Amino acid sequence: MPVLRSSVDTASEAYLANRAGQLAAIAALDEQLGLARAGGGAKYAQRHRDRGRLLARERLELLVDQDSPLLELSSLAAWGTEFTVGASIVTCVGVVSGAECVLIAHDPTVRGGSMNPYTLRKNLRALEIARRNRLPVINLVESGGADLPTQSDLFVPAGRIFHDLTELSAMGIPTIALVFGNSTAGGAYVPGMCDYSVLVDGQAKVFLGGPPLVKMATGEEADDESLGGADMHSRISGLADHFAVDELDCIRIGRQIVAELHWRKLGPPASEPADPPLYDPDELLGIVSADFRVPFDPREVLARIVDGSRFGEYKPRYGTSLVTGWASVHGYPVGVLANARGVLFSEEAKKATEFILLANQSDTPLIFLQNTTGYMVGTQYEQGGIIKDGAKMINAVTNSAIPHITVNMAASFGAGNYGMSGRAYDPRFMFAWVNAKLAVMGAQQLAGVMSIVGRQSAESTGRAFDAEADEKRRAQIEAQIERESDAFFVSARLYDDGVIDPRDTRSVLGVALSAAHSGTIEGRRGFGVFRM
Amino acid sequence: MTISKLLIANRGEIASRIIRTARAMDITTVAVFSDPDAGLPYVLEADESVRLPGSAPAETYLRGKALIAAAAATGADAVHPGYGFLSENAGFARACAAAGLTFVGPSPAAIEAMGSKIAAKELMAAAGVPVLPSAVFDDAVFDDGTGPDPAELRKAAEDIGFPVLVKAAYGGGGRGMRIVTDSGEIAGAVASARREAASAFGNGTVFLERFVESPRHIEVQILGDQAGTVVHLFERECSIQRRYQKIIEEAPSPAVSEGLRAELCQAAVAAGQAIGYVGAGTVEFVLDSSGRFYFLEVNTRLQVEHPVTEMITGLDLVGLQLEIAAGQPLPPQVIEAGLTGAGFTGHAIEARLYAEDVPAGYLPASGELHTFEIDLSNGLRVDAGFASGTRVSTFYDSMLAKVIGYGPTRDDARRVLAAALSRARLHGVVTNRDLLVGILREPEFAAGAIDTGYLDRHQPAELCPAEAQAGPVHLLAVALAGQARRREQAPVLATLPSGWRNNPSVPQRASYELDGRPAEVSYRFGRDGVQAEVDGTEVGGVVLHGTRPAPVAHGAAAQGPLPGGPARMLVDLEAGGVRRVIHVTQAGAAFYVDSVLGHTVVAEVDRFPDPAAAVQAGSLLAPMPGTVVRVVAAVGDHVEAGAVILAIEAMKMEHAIYAPAPGIVTELPITVGAQVDSGSVLAVLEEEPGD
Repeated sequence: MPVLRSSVDTASEAYLANRAGQLAAIAALDEQLGLARAGGGAKYAQRHRDRGRLLARERLELLVDQDSPLLELSSLAAWGTEFTVGASIVTCVGVVSGAECVLIAHDPTVRGGSMNPYTLRKNLRALEIARRNRLPVINLVESGGADLPTQSDLFVPAGRIFHDLTELSAMGIPTIALVFGNSTAGGAYVPGMCDYSVLVDGQAKVFLGGPPLVKMATGEEADDESLGGADMHSRISGLADHFAVDELDCIRIGRQIVAELHWRKLGPPASEPADPPLYDPDELLGIVSADFRVPFDPREVLARIVDGSRFGEYKPRYGTSLVTGWASVHGYPVGVLANARGVLFSEEAKKATEFILLANQSDTPLIFLQNTTGYMVGTQYEQGGIIKDGAKMINAVTNSAIPHITVNMAASFGAGNYGMSGRAYDPRFMFAWVNAKLAVMGAQQLAGVMSIVGRQSAESTGRAFDAEADEKRRAQIEAQIERESDAFFVSARLYDDGVIDPRDTRSVLGVALSAAHSGTIEGRRGFGVFRM
Repeated sequence: MTISKLLIANRGEIASRIIRTARAMDITTVAVFSDPDAGLPYVLEADESVRLPGSAPAETYLRGKALIAAAAATGADAVHPGYGFLSENAGFARACAAAGLTFVGPSPAAIEAMGSKIAAKELMAAAGVPVLPSAVFDDAVFDDGTGPDPAELRKAAEDIGFPVLVKAAYGGGGRGMRIVTDSGEIAGAVASARREAASAFGNGTVFLERFVESPRHIEVQILGDQAGTVVHLFERECSIQRRYQKIIEEAPSPAVSEGLRAELCQAAVAAGQAIGYVGAGTVEFVLDSSGRFYFLEVNTRLQVEHPVTEMITGLDLVGLQLEIAAGQPLPPQVIEAGLTGAGFTGHAIEARLYAEDVPAGYLPASGELHTFEIDLSNGLRVDAGFASGTRVSTFYDSMLAKVIGYGPTRDDARRVLAAALSRARLHGVVTNRDLLVGILREPEFAAGAIDTGYLDRHQPAELCPAEAQAGPVHLLAVALAGQARRREQAPVLATLPSGWRNNPSVPQRASYELDGRPAEVSYRFGRDGVQAEVDGTEVGGVVLHGTRPAPVAHGAAAQGPLPGGPARMLVDLEAGGVRRVIHVTQAGAAFYVDSVLGHTVVAEVDRFPDPAAAVQAGSLLAPMPGTVVRVVAAVGDHVEAGAVILAIEAMKMEHAIYAPAPGIVTELPITVGAQVDSGSVLAVLEEEPGD
């Protein structure tokens, strides 16, 4: 396979400026990740520790295999909202006893681990990742239940958690609950719906109604232990399969349960040499433009992500605004679609469609590297059938049955987001680089359109056009859209699975691809490959 | 007469040593082995072997009848007794002869003549060999109840010259020994020595002898053939001793001048001639600080330390023993070697590597020897009885190997030996290696200023300084080796960076035990290298240059890893700006670390101890494998701190198990005679709250 040659000038002004911009953005990301890790803050962490309990991330770190990689998902959930960054829950793809699992851990230092609407979305997204990729699920439970003031946003959709857990079980995907603390009322159905449950002595509390509620309902005097302690549930109700003497014991048993699954992945194993790229991934920071309006060559990115910088390009002379080709990441063969210049023309759409069909023929997962401002507009293009060609691409993306993994490198605007397998097109995983933007269109562009529409509206109704007010509104809208296209804002709303440091891309893709291979890898068949 | 098939009535390194020569001489070999020795190298090295059922020496290597039966069963025509066991047992030599077997050694009469120390001394004095002035007071003298006249005793002591050693004539081990420096004390010393001797050995005969303070131990190798020729092969010095046990021997002696050598060797030959000595023997002397030497005893066998003589003379003493036994005359070059006085070149030093815990008082150690590797180099010889993967039992002498360094000068030999020992990888059983290396590198030893008091002047603690730096670096090497191994064996995501995180929170942690203390290592592989802490202290400048499986060392002394044996890894680690290649060997939860910083044993602490397997608080564990010989306490007993609960015997030494604190004995899951492994629960004590 041909090897990419880099021609990046690491001393150029543009490179240095890009790098400075990326480093600033990464610093901002690190700050937010720090907040997510801090959870409820030092005071609540200490209080939790004083009770002899481990923090959510400490539990996770002990649960996963020593030295194995761990991909945390949706770390910025609830960023910019009234809720704590991270949304009082930690979700990951991690390796337990040699099996890749989805791990879902409540963070009890944030309002007792209670669930708000972002918590719910993050939890459901993790379960979806488990279902789509056929990954066993381990819940590390310690939650005070629903955040009651937001119950109207929670109550109805939260039922989905239990639905999904049992649906996973029906699909033969194991579900495990390790209960470290409160798991009451609705929460009691987590151990209730899981295939396996382990309760920690003296800590787990699993009941539908606690002592005050029981007293109110029936007048019975009962205590926590007899209503829902580990001892009771393991000896009397049978809800607990295992009685853990302490948290470490619980984690030990959890690892043992996974080991005893003898989990086998159904996808083909990595088949290609997984040698690192020839070029330093650190240089990605100088390659990706600080300003999304300045395009960059995605081959320079691929040269720092794919195995041995090997890339076999498909149709290199046709539809050159989109780069397509074959490579491998951590040994897994992949097809890559990467925007080279933001706009997608008819040629690019048709090239992409053919390429996606080919990947389905050969059961090869696809990686979409987004940097698109959308499909081309204008008379020439409309008359040339850009809608039909864009539709072909969206059709192919939608009906492609192989795993898609999408990374927004810099920009994801308009229908380009759809054609390049955006969130609505169910990629197995979707990540954004720290400086990336996502919106229906660029902020400036959107504000400009709004201004033109306003001016036209004024003209058609004969109103006087207030240029000053328009300018003010235009600035306001631009600021709002700018804010809302920010990677943090998008990720906060669970429109992707996390904002990542570009230098981590190869590792992130490695974990995601390996996870995707837990299930079968089978492309859509039926028609032959249409030559567009 | 020829020897065509030789039974070796011994075990371990000396059996291997004899097999080596016998094979070169086209003599078929037969080994004998006790049950614990079934896996030792010599058993497989021999052409044939015969099991001696049982373990204790009395059941096995000391059973002359069984040995002769083994020789008969295999058609052996000769028996080599090695050293120890039956090598100086005249009865066995006779029984061999009676069974038509050639006994490789002197005549039973010579063995007997030298067996009695007093008779031997008289014989030597008569032959003109210098002996220490002495006097004997027979048990019978005391029979009338009055004992010898004090004046007579004083005169005897004055004739001998002070200081005078008073001891029991029969028995040994220093029981009843007194050193008397003044004639006024002699009567009392003799009386008490007599009492002790009578009660301990049933014979009150007392022996007075000139006491030589901190002498050097010098011995001369002699060879005699059946034609009556007796020659010497120069001296050896064996002054470095611990508890009367030689641990470092050399040839020639740094204290012996050419003139003294001639005198010593002449005396030794005279001694040999006086008893018509046939075979290889050793005449032992003490050498006082003024250069006078006195006869001590004759050992009528091959000495443990014979290799140093072989190294400097280029002769094969076992080969010569076999030739002499076969009735051949001593070859001319052997006769000339001793005569010319220039029959040796260079210098050789032997160190005896023991499985023993030196700081605990030279306590014999046992267990599985996971790794036994000594890299061979120019001038190095290793006579080993064990190999990687063999077990060291408690039944016999705990010597693992003799390591011999040879060079043109004493300093060369010393350095070759120290380098080889310090770099040896010895895992699973504690050894005296650090002590040996410490002695070899100590200035007084290096200067040749040694005597039998050397280890009283130089305590082990002084000779084996602890390397403080080894701890953190070795712990980190262990953690990173474990990490590398886990990454290699990872069933998924094996090619990803170790411990990769997109949101790093807690670093990788590993818990260990080092020297009985808990130790914690944390590390994280990041974009900027490895961040590492040992016990909360940052280790700076850490770069892991790589880890790779350790190659199997070459040479006879080095055996490859056995299937299912320990994992061996080389960790190329830079820490604090210094890069070192560190050997890490893993056997179960134990990690053995060898580097220029020293040798460390690190036990990994299970992250998830199974609560069911936890040892009950207050459990007293066996410190070593052994047999329970006494149970003093009973369940329900109140015991004080320091009270003996029970005792186990290992290597013929009794080890009491004491209560660490006052309490009640709640469990005693053992009985007298029970075999216990190291770490088994012997008793459970419920501590009583203090007042």
